[in-house]
Amino acid sequence: MTLTLFQGTMEQALIYSLVAVGLFISFRILNIADLTVDGGFTLGCATSAVATLAGHPFLGLLLALFAGALAGLVTAVLQTKLKVQPILAGIITMTALYSINLMIMQNRANLPLLKCDTIYTWAAGWLPANLCKLLLLALIVALVLLGVFIFLRSGLGLSVRATGDNPDLVRSSSINPSHTITIGLCVANALVALSGALLAQYQLFSEITTGTGMVVIGLASLIMGEAIVGRGGLIRCLLGTLVGSAVYRLIIAIAITSSLQPSNLKLISAIIVAVSISWPAIREKLAVHKLKKAAMQAAREEDSHA
Amino acid sequence: MLELRHVSKTFNKGTPSAKQALNDLSLHLNAGDFVSIIGSNGAGKSTVFNAIGGSFLVDAGRIFLDGQDVTFLPEHKRAGSIGRLFQDPLRGTAPNMTIEENLALVYLRANKSRSIFGITNKERDFFREKLATLNLGLEDRLKSKVGLLSGGQRQALTLLMATMITPKVLLLDEHTAALDPATADKVLELTRRIVADGHITTMMITHNIGSALALGNRTIMMNEGQIILDVSGEERARLTVPELLELFREKSHTALDDDRILLRAD
Repeated sequence: MTLTLFQGTMEQALIYSLVAVGLFISFRILNIADLTVDGGFTLGCATSAVATLAGHPFLGLLLALFAGALAGLVTAVLQTKLKVQPILAGIITMTALYSINLMIMQNRANLPLLKCDTIYTWAAGWLPANLCKLLLLALIVALVLLGVFIFLRSGLGLSVRATGDNPDLVRSSSINPSHTITIGLCVANALVALSGALLAQYQLFSEITTGTGMVVIGLASLIMGEAIVGRGGLIRCLLGTLVGSAVYRLIIAIAITSSLQPSNLKLISAIIVAVSISWPAIREKLAVHKLKKAAMQAAREEDSHA
Repeated sequence: MLELRHVSKTFNKGTPSAKQALNDLSLHLNAGDFVSIIGSNGAGKSTVFNAIGGSFLVDAGRIFLDGQDVTFLPEHKRAGSIGRLFQDPLRGTAPNMTIEENLALVYLRANKSRSIFGITNKERDFFREKLATLNLGLEDRLKSKVGLLSGGQRQALTLLMATMITPKVLLLDEHTAALDPATADKVLELTRRIVADGHITTMMITHNIGSALALGNRTIMMNEGQIILDVSGEERARLTVPELLELFREKSHTALDDDRILLRAD
């Protein structure tokens, strides 16, 4: 792998790590499989692209954050106030977002941003030209991670974390769990949309299908990160999202440079997620099998002695 | 402090399995009262707690807490002034969060003037001091995840969390029933001390007739959603376990029927 390719891979890893952080909040902390992500990622892309076309790349990032939080809010209201099952609530929002994203992109499936000013061209003005994207992204991701870290340790963040852990406790400490779920989903989807917004300006286009399968990709990164870094404290978990995202992007880069078809990547992601989530169950089955085998072996030996 | 006026509740109303859990029940608790509650299976003991705590709305009657009508207040809004412990020691704590985070969850909530950067050292010292009163060595394990603690330790921690901000009323629903006898005695002793120190108005459901008489200043017996016996003061002080059981038989015309009842007099 060349250095340029490696650098590009790390840039993408930084961008996509925000999806993993978002899923860390919804999937790990709130214990909700939030499918809003697929639509929310494209929403971020679309919002950012339209704003960039209009000459406001930074406003694009802010708008994407806001739009993502709004998408999270819709999902949260569906599941907390209107009692729609959490998975279905996400699917409903995701489906609606497909049309909304098209609307934002002025009914075009693809919106190119050629020759537009982006946050990266702005960074090239004051950062070393060959490293400007990497440094800018590192700065943004570091700021976001710091913000999430502070948030999750604050009083409000503690209640959000307790919601996924023990909703009874949240209720009994006089906090409405509906509110904490709503806040958590808003933050998670704002981060996902920000990730999409950074990507649109990075790849210089926004496409309606960009977000498809993003939940699985994000989960794959999250879970691989946990496998490598471990699931200890908050800092470890947040670093894990970065590491997992980097590993995932490296796998993809290697797959693309080898003979593997890029279209197989989603299959690979799906397998990674399916295996890693079912790993505890598989391990248990294997352990039981081993135990049985040992017991049978022991019984046979006893028989032969007798 | 706490008043229930003619409270009724029927579950599955209008169906063949309708069950009147509370039947025109009235109860008045003075500030600092420590009431133990005994009764058969399905007598409505836990239902009274759920009605006070707001797990459901009652069909009729009114509930007053410290002069405020809370009859229609949602559960999480009452929770600020009600501390609750359940039989299941896992119910009152968040297992994947550390001891200090669990304590902070209830403490920071009541103290708005907190640092935005999480738990301060001053608060940590306060938590340590509070944990030390439990005599379980938890003050040295602030950063341990609560899921690693034993049932007794978790129940003791829950008790601390429920009373750290003194509640207007503390509801204990067989909170020692799932613990081994030695641990149960320890948690019960802690309960007695914390309630006495904070002069907390307390209701405790128990199936241990001995501790029902030994703890607190008043004992209530329930049957079929009603209070059938309410003793306190001199009369209660003279009462023995066999006499109490006899009284129950007299009042309810049935024997005290609870498969988990303990007749220990200690």
